[in-house]
Amino acid sequence: MTLNLDKQLELHRMMMLIRLFEEALEEMFSRGLLHGTMHLSIGQEATAAGACLALEKEDLITSTHRGHGHCLGKGADAFKMFAELLGREDGYCRGRGGSMHIADLSNGNLGANGIVAGSLTISVGAALSFQMQKKDNIVLCFFGDGAVNEGSFHEALNLASLWDLPVLFLCENNQYGMSMASDKAVAGESIASRGNSYGIESIQIDGNDVEAVFESVTSFKNEILSSNRPKFIEAVTYRYRGHSKSDRNLYRTSDEIEYWKEEKDPIKRYIGKLMESGVSEEKLKEIDTSVKELIRDSVKKALDSPLSPITNLEEDSYA
Amino acid sequence: MPELTAGQSINKALSLILESNQTAFIAGEDIGIYGGAFGVTEGLLEKFGNERIKDTPISEDVIAGLAVGASMTGSRPIVEMQFSDFIVNAMDPIVNQAAKLHFMYGGAVNVPIVVRGASGAGTGAAAQHSQSLESWFCHVPGLKVVTPSNAQNAYDLLLRSYVDPNPVIFMEHKLIYKVKENVTLNPIPKDSSYLGKASVEQEGTDITIVSYSNMVNVVKEAVALDELQNFSIEIIDLQTVSPIDFETIKNSLIKTKKLLVCQEAPPNSSVGTTVISKVVESDLFNILEVAPKLISGLHSPMPSAKHLESTVIPQKEDILNAIQDML
Ligand SMILES: Cc1ncc(C[n+]2csc(CCOP(=O)(O)OP(=O)(O)O)c2C)c(N)n1
Ligand SMILES: [Mg+2]
Repeated sequence: MTLNLDKQLELHRMMMLIRLFEEALEEMFSRGLLHGTMHLSIGQEATAAGACLALEKEDLITSTHRGHGHCLGKGADAFKMFAELLGREDGYCRGRGGSMHIADLSNGNLGANGIVAGSLTISVGAALSFQMQKKDNIVLCFFGDGAVNEGSFHEALNLASLWDLPVLFLCENNQYGMSMASDKAVAGESIASRGNSYGIESIQIDGNDVEAVFESVTSFKNEILSSNRPKFIEAVTYRYRGHSKSDRNLYRTSDEIEYWKEEKDPIKRYIGKLMESGVSEEKLKEIDTSVKELIRDSVKKALDSPLSPITNLEEDSYA
Repeated sequence: MPELTAGQSINKALSLILESNQTAFIAGEDIGIYGGAFGVTEGLLEKFGNERIKDTPISEDVIAGLAVGASMTGSRPIVEMQFSDFIVNAMDPIVNQAAKLHFMYGGAVNVPIVVRGASGAGTGAAAQHSQSLESWFCHVPGLKVVTPSNAQNAYDLLLRSYVDPNPVIFMEHKLIYKVKENVTLNPIPKDSSYLGKASVEQEGTDITIVSYSNMVNVVKEAVALDELQNFSIEIIDLQTVSPIDFETIKNSLIKTKKLLVCQEAPPNSSVGTTVISKVVESDLFNILEVAPKLISGLHSPMPSAKHLESTVIPQKEDILNAIQDML
């Protein structure tokens, strides 16, 4: 599959948007503007961008605690995300959810989730709706390598396979669940092999190669719709920052982090590829500038917007 | 006498248990090299090795389940739920197994486990990482539920929980990890009788305030406000919310004849409602001068934004207002 230039630039732009969004958050955090903690996906942008841009708006995703990239990838407005983290009325959840719980139903994002593996069973239910309603859409379920050791992972895969549900399970294997290296936590051959053991076709891909992610999700989506079978992708990637804001990175070496930053960075690699195929430096610069402007304006607008009013929260707890 | 946070004092208690009993071990997520999400197990891996400080995959169900099985067979497990919210992933081993086995098997087995975890709100961690679920476990016969409020009683209560032959749920409010105080490092007690005893933190004759966990500290802040300096207020820290020490509450109410209960958890079917119902069911009903009152968290999930979060959690001003109303 060769992608046209527009698609390629769209993938690049999305990765830049995710990175700069999270770098802006880091900066806001260090200025003491944010209450609570957050989980950054810096270094993992190719998986979120490649997977989400392979979907239609009507396809759904379920996301994780490390979900800013998924959310932006599915079309969320950066301003409304910043506003959410700042507890503003214009935030996606009106300041009730925060970093770890943004949902954007209008763009097909069923929500980030603070519970590891919490969204796996939910994705099965959403896929069941699609099946019952005879819709030509899929649910893409994001989860981390840490989630595959929760019981609900196994229950979800088993049922999705038994019932032929249109789910694409996408494991972002960034090689650690907090401090636990995935090779010390996952018994058996690989994470992808767990999909196979439930009769679900599964592949492992380079999650830092944005086109590889885009292409695998595109072709698996088509196959899910034609064969009515769930699929499973293990995308291997790497997180640069600590697990959350309190991580001292004692469980890995700085050499390892540097290696991934220098040799495997998804954005750097893609810029190299684009320039090799003839995209001009000015074109890339133009994208860079427009994303920076978007981020700057969104932060400013969010900071200027009103705090979420204190309403009757007990009433708000029920529909 | 070292100055320690509750996280550090619990660390000392864990260390003492591990030194004194070779069958004791710890299991949980990120408790090894990371030292626990809140640093409670820092340094234990270096000291005791990975045979006894067992980092697990993210698998709460088996963390609690293995504790049950190990405790039935001569080991003394103390397991960590990184945030006590995740204990809901481990409900079967705790509620259907640990709590029942001693009774159901006619006393043939004991399940002496401690399941500890970080509870409570105030850190902006939002709805899935801020709950106070202690009353869920109070509802289950066979379990004991312990809720320390400071570094000293966290230390002492953890040792007591370990000595106790029953399964104990040990809820550590995140905010007590942030406060340092001098802690006496007592030896491991011979028996667990202190579990189930409340502590009278301040004596008084005008009103009794019953509280537990971090809310005890908020109550103390309220009681220290200028507006209340002319009143004599008794503060009781339950320490153990299952069982509840009614004897201490009763002795206090005989003096004060007024009862205010303060908790962070939502009100419905909670520790506070249990305290009040026991009091009004008893002879004390006749001596109460005003209706007992419960100050609790709102019946709402915890919002992430700071100004909304503090709307849900009782503040010292709420407690002040309630005291002034009742006096
Ligand atoms: C049920 C549950 N257990 C534990 C946690 C605490 N926790 C949050 S994220 C995390 C690590 C998750 O690892 P992984 O799934 O690989 O995702 P990553 O953080 O690497 O993106 C842990 C242990 C949680 N949120 N939910
Ligand atoms: Mg991971």
